[in-house]
Amino acid sequence: MKRNLPLIFAFISGILVVISEFIPHRPFSQMVSTLQDWFMIIAGFAIILGQISLFQANLAKIKEKKSGWYFYLAGLLSFMLMLVIGLLWGTQEYRGLIGHGEAIQGWLGSKPFDYMFDNAYMPLSATMFSLLAFFIASAAYRAFIIRSFESNLLMITAVIVILGRTSFGGMLTAWLPESFKFWHLPNLSDFIMEYPNSAAQRAIMISAALGIIGSSLRIILGIERSYLGSDK
Amino acid sequence: MKKLLLVVGLFLCVYVQLSASSLFWVEDVPWDEGKALSLEWNVPAETVYLQKADSLGAWDLIYAGAEKKYKDSEVNPQQLYTYRLIVPRPEIGDSISFIATAKPIEQWFYLHKLSFLLILLAVSFAIIYYVNGARNGKDYFIRRITALDSVDEAIGRATEKGKPILFVPGIGDLDDIQTIASLTIMSHLAQKAAEYDTELIVPCRFSMVLSASREVVKEAYLKAGKPDAYKEERIFYLTDDQFGYVAGIDGIMLREQPAANFFLGSFYAESLILAETGFSTGAIQTSGTAQASQLPFFIVSCDHTLIGEELFAASAYLSRDPQQLGSLKGHDFGKVLVILFIIMGVVTEMAGWHWFKAFFEGAQ
Amino acid sequence: MSVNANSQTERRIVFLVLLLAVALPLIFPIGWKTEVSGYTKMAWNLIESTPDSVVVIFSFDYDPSTMTELQPMAEAMLEHAFSRNHKVLAMALWPQGAQMAEQAFAEAKKAYPDKAYGVDYINMGYKVAGIVAIQAMGRSMAEVFPTDQRGIKYQEIPMLKNIRTLKDIAYINSLSSGTPGIKEWVMAGRDAYGTPVTGGTTAVSAPGFFPYVNSQKQLHGMLGGLKAASEYEVLIGKIGSATTKMDAQSIAHLLILIFIAVGNVKAFRARRRRDAI
Repeated sequence: MKRNLPLIFAFISGILVVISEFIPHRPFSQMVSTLQDWFMIIAGFAIILGQISLFQANLAKIKEKKSGWYFYLAGLLSFMLMLVIGLLWGTQEYRGLIGHGEAIQGWLGSKPFDYMFDNAYMPLSATMFSLLAFFIASAAYRAFIIRSFESNLLMITAVIVILGRTSFGGMLTAWLPESFKFWHLPNLSDFIMEYPNSAAQRAIMISAALGIIGSSLRIILGIERSYLGSDK
Repeated sequence: MKKLLLVVGLFLCVYVQLSASSLFWVEDVPWDEGKALSLEWNVPAETVYLQKADSLGAWDLIYAGAEKKYKDSEVNPQQLYTYRLIVPRPEIGDSISFIATAKPIEQWFYLHKLSFLLILLAVSFAIIYYVNGARNGKDYFIRRITALDSVDEAIGRATEKGKPILFVPGIGDLDDIQTIASLTIMSHLAQKAAEYDTELIVPCRFSMVLSASREVVKEAYLKAGKPDAYKEERIFYLTDDQFGYVAGIDGIMLREQPAANFFLGSFYAESLILAETGFSTGAIQTSGTAQASQLPFFIVSCDHTLIGEELFAASAYLSRDPQQLGSLKGHDFGKVLVILFIIMGVVTEMAGWHWFKAFFEGAQ
Repeated sequence: MSVNANSQTERRIVFLVLLLAVALPLIFPIGWKTEVSGYTKMAWNLIESTPDSVVVIFSFDYDPSTMTELQPMAEAMLEHAFSRNHKVLAMALWPQGAQMAEQAFAEAKKAYPDKAYGVDYINMGYKVAGIVAIQAMGRSMAEVFPTDQRGIKYQEIPMLKNIRTLKDIAYINSLSSGTPGIKEWVMAGRDAYGTPVTGGTTAVSAPGFFPYVNSQKQLHGMLGGLKAASEYEVLIGKIGSATTKMDAQSIAHLLILIFIAVGNVKAFRARRRRDAI
């Protein structure tokens, strides 16, 4: 029963959602609205579950003094700090438990939460994303090696697109006359992205969409059960 | 004289009302959920004023302008609505008004979605047909997917080295089918890991994914006969923040040095950061996503990559369950169908027959 | 995939050179000009051709990590929408998106100080559940957003007086760095309710969205990465952060090309050595 109940629920709700996609008449439209509301409520409450897990996992590592335990401690302290200052003085227009903290605002220039968000959280996050530039460079260095006809083609395409996406690329071929406009690097780059790239992307998207239909059908019909933790 | 004027007046009123149907008319928008009415008028005027009667009968202005039609979406099904069109006649310093009523009706089918329904039915019936075939003992061929064959190798290597396996179920929530596909693969992987006594680490971005992941891994350990080996704290929530999540996983890769990394699910800009960090630790890496734009990054930095639909086929491939394998044949039928439609679309468009394209675009 | 000590050293050299290549143009700007691409122009056209006084949605579906690429887009598009007198409803499908919206408004208000909160723009904040939230907005906006970010009731917000569902929105602009984001807006906003959708994403994710810019106009153009943001700034005649950062990006791209060339020379020499043995 423990396994059958979710399967029955998955079947009913799955069929309802598919039907409502094609039938606008009540009760189907209303039933799906209700299902959507349920999902939003559950997703909202699930956030608390995440926070509990965060605490449990980190506290266990700190207690056991696992290697690098101070990182977990720093993570938890940061979490607590943001939570407490957010609760006490609020964020932006929101009032906190003890008001807006005008005195601290006068000193920091903004509310403590906003100050930490702007000056600690944002630069740290942006730093993580900026790593991408370094990794792209090292990956390109390894990947675009001419080994065969196909890899040659790949490299030439990459060079055109990379150059076409820079201001410098435009300047390189700016001297071309109007009749050769197509060969202007930014235009050539746009052409590659718009046609060959989009065609390949579409092929993968179509086959993935078929995979999605298949997976969804397997789940609705109860053939695929491993996402519930059991095959049988 | 008074009687004559009264008769003429009455006659004019009747005439205007009778002829109103050809000058101003309201119709239910067909094949919808009964939440729109289409209003059209055919009167020679530079500006017209359209009013709608509220529940108390008072007129509210809803449109003023030179257009010849208006779609009112502020209606509820099965209720009667009354509209008044006022056409100013500045030359005589007066105006003419027309009144029309209509009731929006809830329909039983969105006609413009007929093409979607037909394709969905065709693919679904094909899948069910092949699943039934498999149930009756028919053996279906499935091509080799090296990325999935390498799962055992990756687990073996982790076991040899005595190091954990890292499984990242993507950055999508549970409403993303790629995440579900990822969890189905994780189920097989967790069972194998349990059999080999290899630790499995699963960091999650969303609480709902966390909850589902724990359930999946717990059941897998139970199935492997090692419920005591299941460690709930190794499947944990990191953060909702996209790159905070990446930073957390990178930290795990550098600190715990997993021998095998699995990146399966929905990935965006973070894919290369994850894969390159894993590459730098020397782990054997398997990735898979239906996010076509991220595939090049995974292919460069990972040993094996599941491309698009292979991610959805993985569960069937790993379980070798005949029913699931049968469903993959249904996908192939869908592909043939799509190829045929594309060819037909190109031919009909070149021939100037646009009905085919219009049908699939959902034209009403 | 294995990695040896030699290649680790190479990676570090690559990283160091790239750091210099990015940092130097930021300190000493070159001032290269950017050409406007078709997809950026299409997005600009949508905002430009939409009549004034309509309500539009700006969905901030990203967090501070990708703000380097997406915030300049948001600011430029917001300024354009303000210049066209569109009433902007900001919302977020990502938790930190609401703060990103606040920052974008603060920046845009420098150029348009007369714009009033609640009348010309509003921040409805974060909404959980991604595509399901969008579908629910198609039924009733007030149900999804009972109050705005500051706690003002939906019914008391002047600019939303006539806005009941997504159908009443003139266009949607999703600035997204992942899921939920542009794809969800196309599926649940454009395809289900016919509301035009445009947007912007990071350069590495942009190719995945190009197929949606098609004859059916699932997407009305799209901005991909910092270059597109600088193109948009060109279109609205603004020298913003994207324009100033483009020099660094251009130099970084050129350096990557040099790395590719060096990698090939190295591979060629290694092959020759192998053949000689």
